[in-house]
Amino acid sequence: MSVLIYTESLKGKFKKNAFEVASYAHKVAQELGTTVTAVSFNAEDDASLGTYGVSKVLKVSDESLATFNAKAYAETLAQAAKAEDAKVIILSSSADTKFLAPILTAKLTAGYVPNVVEAPESTSPFVVKRTAFSNKGFAFTEISSEIKIIGVSNNAFGVMENNVSASVEDFDPSLNEDAFSVKSAEVDRVTGKVTIADADIVVSGGRGLKGPENWGMVEELADVLGAATACSKPVSDMGWRPHSEHVGQTGKPVASNLYIAIGISGAIQHLAGVSSSKVKVVINNDPEAPFFKAADYGIVGDAFEVVPELIEKLKEFKAQNA
Amino acid sequence: MKILVCISNVPDTTSKINFTEGDTKFDTNGVQFVINPNDEFGLTRAMWFKEKQGATVHVVTVGGQQTEPTIRKALAIGADEAIRVNAEPKDGFFVAQQLAEVVKNGDYDLVIAGRESIDYNGGMVPGILATLLDMNFVNTCIGLEIDGSNATAVREIDGGKEKITASLPLIIGGQKGLVEESDLRIPNMRGIMMARKKALNVVEPVDAAQPTQDQKFEKPAAKGPVKLVDAGNVGELVELLHNEAKVI
Repeated sequence: MSVLIYTESLKGKFKKNAFEVASYAHKVAQELGTTVTAVSFNAEDDASLGTYGVSKVLKVSDESLATFNAKAYAETLAQAAKAEDAKVIILSSSADTKFLAPILTAKLTAGYVPNVVEAPESTSPFVVKRTAFSNKGFAFTEISSEIKIIGVSNNAFGVMENNVSASVEDFDPSLNEDAFSVKSAEVDRVTGKVTIADADIVVSGGRGLKGPENWGMVEELADVLGAATACSKPVSDMGWRPHSEHVGQTGKPVASNLYIAIGISGAIQHLAGVSSSKVKVVINNDPEAPFFKAADYGIVGDAFEVVPELIEKLKEFKAQNA
Repeated sequence: MKILVCISNVPDTTSKINFTEGDTKFDTNGVQFVINPNDEFGLTRAMWFKEKQGATVHVVTVGGQQTEPTIRKALAIGADEAIRVNAEPKDGFFVAQQLAEVVKNGDYDLVIAGRESIDYNGGMVPGILATLLDMNFVNTCIGLEIDGSNATAVREIDGGKEKITASLPLIIGGQKGLVEESDLRIPNMRGIMMARKKALNVVEPVDAAQPTQDQKFEKPAAKGPVKLVDAGNVGELVELLHNEAKVI
């Protein structure tokens, strides 16, 4: 009856969202008077999950699962859920997880609620708070099925330490050929750059930057801050930046600690997509730009003067606080 | 090739969101409804398959009669036939079960749905549908080519993309990238006239489970005023982000 979690890892290392999911699950398990069991895939340091409240790790070591495969991973999780008799399953909100979650939902005839931002409002009935209408609202959703699957919003609950000692058991799923009917042919992942999904800080540029040749300072600012770069919809539509950087309602959602918008006026669709970020800074030469109403800090001024100055100040700040 | 495009009828992206009946319902008053943007990219890709590879394209929505203008628009853009399952879309699992019935009866090779609807953002319908029907599934799909019974898809992943191969029948959860924004089509007068003559078949829903239920809604808390920093004093911003916001 333990609470089951799927812990994501890349090249053997757990991702930050694995710890956040574990922290959330620990809270739910306490409410339900049970413990947390994690499923890990080819991870190296399984026992480290104990720091975040995981009592047991079902360790899957399988070469055929070295690359993420939604169907095969979902089948593995379904088998683990049955083995553990888990009634509550907690997942993250990454692209991979949102791929496997509906498959798992159908396999277990479960109720699935993604984009959950807080610990359950109650566990009987089981009610969770989630974002809806592309972050323009919240819904309190009751899950009435026997098995409940919760997708925790990125960076919403936070990582919390709850030291327990985690036992590690090998788990060997039985996977037939059908589990691999959708095949990964090639993974093209940018290395050495922070992704928007994982970033604590995101630096984003809009039309106010006038052209793709002016992105150097955006990238430099991101570099200084250890941030990911992003852009507004018009910028990606005009081909100044790749689609993968487009954030907003029809692009990627952003839920970073700090979001810096440069030359972005703040269309309602853009604001919706970035509203989960905790602190928003706007740099724009138009004091009437709608983004100022949604921001925490703002500078009215020419980005081509303000941003280089900001980079300098941040470098000084880093030198002093190194 | 027979393609089914699943369409969700959603508030226009510029809509202000309000709730009514004691915050238990979405307030549709004054709201303009459109084809869900993620679905529209898929529909446009389906038009490409129709024109270049001779595919037949049907569209389906699960919703009441008020959704018909949206599905008519899909016909005006070029879909051949439409189906409306006459039921309120109660939750993602419920909708997937209704669509499963339509897909089974229609014998489709390819089902194109959106990654998520921009209203309830469940993002689960295509994946549940695929699993109920034991069809292959690719989510966050940003590129799709079909050659005979083989599909090559590109999927967006965190920090990059992945090329995927699978055989038909296939279901995708699509998004921008399947086609570009500039490829989207506005129905012309001829398309609108022709759409009136195309079949819009209304089918009754099947009994289906509904594991989740929205109890109430809430709007985000109002935000305090922005704190402005003088453009000549950028250092103050660094200070505020460090000492006050504590994010650097």
